[in-house]
Amino acid sequence: MAEHMTGAASLIKSLEHAGVDTVFGIPGGAILPAYDPLMDSEQVRHILVRHEQAAGHAAEGYAQTSGKVGVCMATSGPGATNLVTPIADAYMDSVPIVAITGQVPSAAIGTDAFQEADISGITMPIVKHNYLVTDPAEIPRVIAEAFHLAGTGRPGPVLVDISKDALAAQTTFEWPDEIELPGYRPNTTPHGKQLKEAAKLIAKSKRPVLYIGGGIVRSGAAPELLELAEMTGIPVVTTLMARGAFPDSHPQNLGMPGMHGTVPAVGALQKADLLIALGTRFDDRVTGKLDSFAPDAKVIHADIDPAEIGKNRHADVPIVGDARATIIGLIDALKSRKDDIDIAQWWETLNGWKERFPLGYDAHPDALEPQFVIERLGQIVGPDAIYVAGVGQHQMWASQFINYEKPGHWLNSGGLGTMGYSVPAAMGAKVGAPDKVVWAIDGDGCFQMTNQELATCAINNIPIKVALINNSSLGMVRQWQTLFYNERYSNTDLQSHQFPDFVKLAEAYGCYGLRADSREQVDAVIEKAMSLNDAPVVIDFQVHRDAMVWPMVPAGTSNDLITTARDLAPAWDRED
Amino acid sequence: MTRHTLSVLVENKPGVLARIAGLFSRRGFNIDSLAVGPTENPEVSRMTIVISVDRLPLEQVTKQLNKLVNVLKIVELDDQSVQRELVLVKVKANDAMRSNVLEVVTLFRAKVVDVAPETLTIEATGSREKLEALLRVLEPYGIKELVQSGMVAVGRGGKSISDRALRSVERPA
Repeated sequence: MAEHMTGAASLIKSLEHAGVDTVFGIPGGAILPAYDPLMDSEQVRHILVRHEQAAGHAAEGYAQTSGKVGVCMATSGPGATNLVTPIADAYMDSVPIVAITGQVPSAAIGTDAFQEADISGITMPIVKHNYLVTDPAEIPRVIAEAFHLAGTGRPGPVLVDISKDALAAQTTFEWPDEIELPGYRPNTTPHGKQLKEAAKLIAKSKRPVLYIGGGIVRSGAAPELLELAEMTGIPVVTTLMARGAFPDSHPQNLGMPGMHGTVPAVGALQKADLLIALGTRFDDRVTGKLDSFAPDAKVIHADIDPAEIGKNRHADVPIVGDARATIIGLIDALKSRKDDIDIAQWWETLNGWKERFPLGYDAHPDALEPQFVIERLGQIVGPDAIYVAGVGQHQMWASQFINYEKPGHWLNSGGLGTMGYSVPAAMGAKVGAPDKVVWAIDGDGCFQMTNQELATCAINNIPIKVALINNSSLGMVRQWQTLFYNERYSNTDLQSHQFPDFVKLAEAYGCYGLRADSREQVDAVIEKAMSLNDAPVVIDFQVHRDAMVWPMVPAGTSNDLITTARDLAPAWDRED
Repeated sequence: MTRHTLSVLVENKPGVLARIAGLFSRRGFNIDSLAVGPTENPEVSRMTIVISVDRLPLEQVTKQLNKLVNVLKIVELDDQSVQRELVLVKVKANDAMRSNVLEVVTLFRAKVVDVAPETLTIEATGSREKLEALLRVLEPYGIKELVQSGMVAVGRGGKSISDRALRSVERPA
């Protein structure tokens, strides 16, 4: 039975039908009609953020811990354009979110009206799909389609822009029984013949590597991956997006590959004769210079997005399908062949690298090392917490020096590299998983881009914890200046040991503010933060600024040029 | 690089052309020619896109196109397909030259669609090669204005691209 109501009420009812329980957003002129029925919804909790960008990142964090589609809402014009960064972020990292924006009345569209921006045009390159709705009758169908598109296949952001007159007008509400999208048919079932071909290659390979990407996390395939890895004994590398998809404590885990990857992980890819690439996209931060990446390797590439296969690297065996279904298929196809796999000699080499090139860092004579802080944080807080990083040095150290044992416990902005991601994403993550301890690991540069959301956290009882790795610099940029610009530090000194006073800032936002600037204080301050659960906590870890992220493959060069410290190349490449 | 003709069936919805044109430009592919119009089904439009790319980028183009929700089907048409463009050309033709120009028109089975004291406007359809030849012959008389459509193309034989028998260029691996 169709019910009569306004477009706005139809929107809220549609969100309820789509299973939404949380929306992050800010009202404004064009979206205002939607906020009136939203006030009465018993199902949908709206969390009023301080900047629309934070609404988007919070939706991303929420999506990744709740397993649902995240939702953010904003008004037209500047409200909508402030969502552009998180939408692009969700697009790059395949995070399912739906962004709802108000638009100026349909009669005013195209007239440069007040707060008008063509947000569907603006976001076209960075969404899985988007809609401009001017007919209120379309609202339920469009919302149903948007959630379906965002959450299925390769997940991603979908934007729904609704004109103010469509929200205000009277319409009928009817939730569609089924979704009709003739042009959208994600292929989730891997082809049996391809699985057999893959099994054949795996069985006769001498130096195989399981090259694991974020797709494993998105499809919930971690248990199956563990089974496949243990059944075959093949070494595993987990990309930045896949940290936790395979336990770090597992002896087959070689760590993260890529620009700041471990020597065993980078070396394994370079020397492999077979890459079993699952849910990963041969990103430049992993491959380095493409034509010298894994030069001897054949490639089995499985991804749910056919466009990723063969985009950067030719696939000898392409497999289109859901990662979990693919791994289950591979396990099955390998059952009769697993005894053929003989990689003992490969493991001898790899174990040698693991022994000779562990991750590490230099102690500083009289200042706190950022790596020490992050290492201790991981050890004290443990693998059940959710860690949400910003972008830069602290992100790399958080990936390197915390042991991730479970999928979905490591959130970061991998593809877009969005500074400012951490605090709002941690906020969303905590809302999506309220029983989990959520730590934002942020830099002083990133933190100052979105720290206003501490107010949102304090007011809405979202007690996140922030480990602020404060080196008073734009650290990663400074590292590049050290290495590639003759130590000319142009505009990377933030002077944030001085201003702002982060402890006072935290307190001003209704949070606990703590500080540590020596090794001796670190444990106590982390334990103190763990004991405070009635408000967010910010710890200002004042660390020295000369620490650098190692190992490193300089951008655009071959992975063979990996260095473990400045001017120090590992001898992993020698024949022995 | 080789020329490829893609027939793309799309849902007839606002913004589809922008989605497709935007995809080509942001992925770094140049469109040689593009024509769009309705089909036998009012809910479906058909685009004929001509691009010059190598085989591998072509595969990437079609895969990316297929990811657009409004794209229903992509078929690559081979050289045997019927390919036509339309040209309207305004040629200088005074009393002295008019009969010469009209002779060219007859030769190429083109049509005169407008006559003015100093010009003739000629309409011609045909393959790219035929139209290029026509323009070469008309050039010496003086071309005042030229407008050309994108190419439209259709496969030969009894099948239609909406038939199941004709597979989409992107085969699921």
